Amino acid sequence: MLFQDVISRWPMILNGVGLTIVLSFVAIGLGLVLATLMSALRSLAGSWAGYVVDAYVELMRNTPFLVQLFMIFFGLPQLGIRMNGLEASLLAMTLNLAAYATEIIRAGVDSIHKSQVEAGLALAMSRRQVFQYVILQPAFARVWPALSSQFVLMMLASSICSFVSVQELSGTAAIIEADTFRSFETYIVVTVIYLVLALSVKLALNWLGRRIFPQVSGLARVTEAHGEAA
Amino acid sequence: MQTFGWPEAYFILRAASWTLALTAIAFVIGSIIGGVFAIMRLSRVKLLRQIAAGYILVVQSIPVLMVLFMSYYGLSAAGIELPPFLAASASLAIYASAYLAEIWRGSIESVPRQQWEASASLALTTPQQYRYVILPQALRISLPPTVGFLVQLVKNTSIVQVVGFVDLMRAGMLVNNATYQAFQIFTLVAAIYFAICFPLSRLSRHLEKVMNASRSH
Repeated sequence: MLFQDVISRWPMILNGVGLTIVLSFVAIGLGLVLATLMSALRSLAGSWAGYVVDAYVELMRNTPFLVQLFMIFFGLPQLGIRMNGLEASLLAMTLNLAAYATEIIRAGVDSIHKSQVEAGLALAMSRRQVFQYVILQPAFARVWPALSSQFVLMMLASSICSFVSVQELSGTAAIIEADTFRSFETYIVVTVIYLVLALSVKLALNWLGRRIFPQVSGLARVTEAHGEAA
Repeated sequence: MQTFGWPEAYFILRAASWTLALTAIAFVIGSIIGGVFAIMRLSRVKLLRQIAAGYILVVQSIPVLMVLFMSYYGLSAAGIELPPFLAASASLAIYASAYLAEIWRGSIESVPRQQWEASASLALTTPQQYRYVILPQALRISLPPTVGFLVQLVKNTSIVQVVGFVDLMRAGMLVNNATYQAFQIFTLVAAIYFAICFPLSRLSRHLEKVMNASRSH
């Protein structure tokens, strides 16, 4: 085993790691905003909006991420919408994550008891205020563990973006492998990096959850929708 | 230039059977490995518990793509040549085993502790306790999440096309390379995946409801 051929390309690997992190976090941020909007639409707007959101969520959750990515990268240009691999990856990851996050947030929203909403309305809070303070914030706090495992899964799924020639971590691995012919060494190094990344992101998100939602740490949390991959 | 028509659609549809075959094989092998790890994870021996926990943690924290590359390119560089179908099923089985182990550990743990105590007081050995008391109950509890995981497994088979195995996804890509009508082709591919996954998703949700109803009585 000759690891030095692989290790000596560390600037490339570091670039790949950076792109994986940036890609994941931007997609997670945008996806979360989109998911929050869709959850609000489900709760506040009429039932047709709820059906549209549900249909979107089912569609995304029941097709592979790779097909979604290819649809955006190869399919949309036929309709005149052209983007490069990075843009297509970002869009696919955001849309995919948004669907899963909407489903997870829904579990949290469903866990808020109706009497809480009635209490909020009785205190003369507006429907928007009730949604924000009585429904959304506690719901988020409860589903944070499920959301963070979904974020980690999204980061791992970003490896699939190498199929549209994005030079993130696994794309970089393919280049190094082609350069050095040291496949096993390359993939061991990259796999270990993914492992370290996933575990640190998991720890960081747990810490963040305790910081943002201190009032519920220790309380029972909704941890369903666990272990769903893209 | 070739255009996307019925023969191409039929070719894609036929390839879907390979996706199903791959899912089935990965599920069966993954179940066996996953079952062993689930029971190891609950063993009284600390070392066995730690090995199982480590295995589950590592496999769940790396991309399936890396498992696939390691077993295909990695082993072939090391002199062990795996045919694409074998490499694909092996890596998907490894992936499935970690998730199934975790699902089943949870199911076994949610069987009330009194069941263990009662069966122990009837002088059953640990294998007998599992066989006659715990597993039949755990199986019921595990059914909804296991079916739900099958959806993830079907979707993740789409990445095995990198090693050249012609599954549903690969068939779509091959037709796309010949016809350049990506939008129609990937709509069809997505529709077939949806037709496989959506009923499974609904079944999982239905089972969950049935189980909840029976537990609340």
